[in-house]
Amino acid sequence: MIADELKSFPVVAALLEAAPEALTGGKFDRDELTLEIAAQRIVEVCAHLKDEWKFARLSTVTAVDWYPEEPRFEVVYHLHSPERNERLRLKCRLPGENPVIDSVTVVWRSANWYERETFDLFGIRFCNHPDLRRIMLPEDWEGHPLRKDHPVTGDRV
Amino acid sequence: MGDEDIPGVTVVVPEGSAEAEDTEAPRPRRMTLNMGPQHPSTHGVLRLLLELDGETIVSAQPDIGYLHTGIEKEFEVKNYQQGVTLTDRIDYLAPLSNNLCYCLAAEKLLGLEIPPMAQWQRVMLTELTRLNSHLVWLGTHAIDIGAMSVFLYCFREREDILRIFEMYSGQRMMTSYFRIGGLALEPPRGWHKRIKDFIDVFPSRVDEYEELLTNNRIWIGRTKGVGFISLEHMLDWGVTGPMLRAAGLKWDTRKAQPYSSYDKFDFEIPTRTDNDVYARYLVRIEEMRQSSRIIKQALEGMPEGRWTADAPHVVLPDREKMKTQMEALIYHFKIVTEGFRVPAGEVYQVIESPRGELGYYMVSDGTAKPYRVHVRGPSFGNLQAIPEMVKGTLIADVIASIGSMDFVLGDSDR
Repeated sequence: MIADELKSFPVVAALLEAAPEALTGGKFDRDELTLEIAAQRIVEVCAHLKDEWKFARLSTVTAVDWYPEEPRFEVVYHLHSPERNERLRLKCRLPGENPVIDSVTVVWRSANWYERETFDLFGIRFCNHPDLRRIMLPEDWEGHPLRKDHPVTGDRV
Repeated sequence: MGDEDIPGVTVVVPEGSAEAEDTEAPRPRRMTLNMGPQHPSTHGVLRLLLELDGETIVSAQPDIGYLHTGIEKEFEVKNYQQGVTLTDRIDYLAPLSNNLCYCLAAEKLLGLEIPPMAQWQRVMLTELTRLNSHLVWLGTHAIDIGAMSVFLYCFREREDILRIFEMYSGQRMMTSYFRIGGLALEPPRGWHKRIKDFIDVFPSRVDEYEELLTNNRIWIGRTKGVGFISLEHMLDWGVTGPMLRAAGLKWDTRKAQPYSSYDKFDFEIPTRTDNDVYARYLVRIEEMRQSSRIIKQALEGMPEGRWTADAPHVVLPDREKMKTQMEALIYHFKIVTEGFRVPAGEVYQVIESPRGELGYYMVSDGTAKPYRVHVRGPSFGNLQAIPEMVKGTLIADVIASIGSMDFVLGDSDR
């Protein structure tokens, strides 16, 4: 559901026009605009935002694990438009079982390492990513440390 | 040739190529060279896999992660105020910039108003951090290219800055001097004179560095026209900071989205259009001059007042009050034992660190510990552009090119 106060943002109004089902929610809190996007539409929405709304930069991609809630993961994108001096946050929910989402590397190439990092630390897979490998941890590491069910301390058994 | 005997050097002979069939034929050979992770010019532990055709680089593959310390996980088990000490260790050449960004994010979640005096002190110290970071960059970058003496000059002034930090916080590098709600301690007696003495001479020191390098023919020869990467590619790859400004994009978060009273200061954003290693050098030199301007203004116009916000549930009470007032004692006990609760929500705070866009994404679930903290380190974004930048250039220029990025591996690996 899109609150009426959000519709006053031109970006939101335009997205509702271009891809109405893609936008599943949002909020404007502490001067920051957050939009929730249906996971399967993320590439389309990002391409639209980059081309039509001049979001030339992808500032970062990361995730939040809401274990044991379902859908468990939240993939978070921070977009930035230097030209219009605007920032925007996009979020997609993914299930805990086999979390997969399309890679946005086709839109911004900088997504490459950010998605690798998210894959490495959360175990979220990005489809069509050119080089999806671990980036921080060794190749033979077991588990994904930023998941909430991964222990902070202790020996590996 | 015996290349195979040299450790780290592998000669790849494409199968079915003329060379594989006839070893006597003129050889267009590709060589894979491993640079790092302990190469001195990588300033830490960065590994580059270079594919070479003679002296020309066909492709480069950076390999990071040698310095991963799990800081983002660590945030989740510390309370908010304890988290400040972790931020120093992310970008260890700009600890106060990281302190500031973390505190601003938490304060935004809390809705705290920071008194002007604390804000101005923060600006002043963050700009000193910028000088500190740029000095280390200039010294080591010059050494990489072969100018030894600049390093000694730069570290002379850096020492002064570290002593100022020590005077403020008791620590030279991991200061943790900014706290959620203001500053950790009252600024020490004599800080004004100490910083004034430093900043009065500093611009003339910058002249000294410039005398050594700006018109130096070897320096120009090694840096001009080297390390080019187009502005579009940089934006696409996530590069930020002085690199963008050396390509002509007048973007600086301090001006565009001012935080901590930066809008009250008068300074310029230096830009260049040549977009090479030399232009990046000039931009950073000019940034040092602008930073000293900001520090001067902060010194002259420093407001009076408290160094902490009026928020007893967040800021520890004064020692005196704690011993004489019941309420202060209760707050003290609560803050020390369980920390303070932060309203649920999320923020993405961005500041201009010496290296570029530094962002902290902080999610709170309403408890006394952050639910999630993600750090967008500028070095991480900048390093991604290495393959694009060095492709087709000479191997001798790689050192100059990556040096001009000014990355810190702690910042990219976290």
